[in-house]
Amino acid sequence: MPTAEQTLDEILNLAAAHFRVPREKLAPDDDFFKTLGLDSLQTLDLLTKLENHFRVELPDYELQGVSDFRTLAGKIQARL
Amino acid sequence: MLGEMLGTTKDTKVREGKLESKLVSGCGGSALSWTLAEGVIELALHRAPCNELGSASLEELEKFASALESMQAETHALIIYSKLKPGFCAGADLRELYQQSQTMDKAEAVKGVRDFLERIHRVLNLIDAAPLTTIAAVHGVTFGGGFELALACDLIIADKMARFCFPELRLGLIPGFGGIPRLKRDLGNAVVRDLLLTGRSFNATKAQQIGLVSQVVGEGEALRAARAMATQLRKFDRATVATAKKFIKPIPHEELRQEIDIFCELFTRPAVQAGLRKFVESTDAQPYLP
Repeated sequence: MPTAEQTLDEILNLAAAHFRVPREKLAPDDDFFKTLGLDSLQTLDLLTKLENHFRVELPDYELQGVSDFRTLAGKIQARL
Repeated sequence: MLGEMLGTTKDTKVREGKLESKLVSGCGGSALSWTLAEGVIELALHRAPCNELGSASLEELEKFASALESMQAETHALIIYSKLKPGFCAGADLRELYQQSQTMDKAEAVKGVRDFLERIHRVLNLIDAAPLTTIAAVHGVTFGGGFELALACDLIIADKMARFCFPELRLGLIPGFGGIPRLKRDLGNAVVRDLLLTGRSFNATKAQQIGLVSQVVGEGEALRAARAMATQLRKFDRATVATAKKFIKPIPHEELRQEIDIFCELFTRPAVQAGLRKFVESTDAQPYLP
């Protein structure tokens, strides 16, 4: 099982690749809605990408209020 | 050689919009259009932003349903797909529903809603019972009424980025386009409860695990996979397919009628107007959640 830091790193890599943002511009405590400029459809896309990548289920309601990569990584880590 | 083995032809004759003399006219409206080629109808949804189903879409769906009745005797398969990037269909046009309900008194609004539901049920029942194999090729957002449209089809092929959701409870409503009876018919009641009572969305992999989705394919590949399936379906005798389908896929008419009654009863409650207003005015990243 990956460590929490590895999970966080994978999320940052995945977000950078999917939304075509330089990886170095993303930091763990960034508000990803602002940094990536996500609308509701892109948020769903990100959710699906994460579920497919980590092979986990992430119920939408568990992610409500989550806006930074570090907290998101914690939610995923809890389901690995 | 491989093409012959797979049953493909070199000279595919596409009749778009205006079908040839023995068939009915097609429809190339703003919300949807269809083509018929080699016994396969393709119904494309293309109303931005994500094929929300309002009165204009319903009128075009009714025209399509009428044409389908004329075409189905010579057709093996129907593929329904979206041409829009965000997804297959985001469901009912809630903005239109909200705006219309603001201009009417309660009794008039309920009457309008019932009329809309009865009309869309007629269309979806016709697709559900069509004596040919129907395939929903979905990607992205497949929510609410869009999910219900897919459920009327015999098979769902999903792009791996597809998501399914019944978010209606957030509005103080239940799905109104036949979703609950059809999902209950096809899967266990526990799945219906999970989707409906939590309002959470499922991805394509989960949907396949529970038996909702026939095939999961790569991004942008759902229509191609549906066409490959349709090619295979051309090999089967139409009458046998129609008989088999009638046997294995009964329409849950009684529950569908109950669904309309329950929806209309719930629609009169103040919570619905509040839910619709919240949705229409929302800037939330996940507006489909309560």
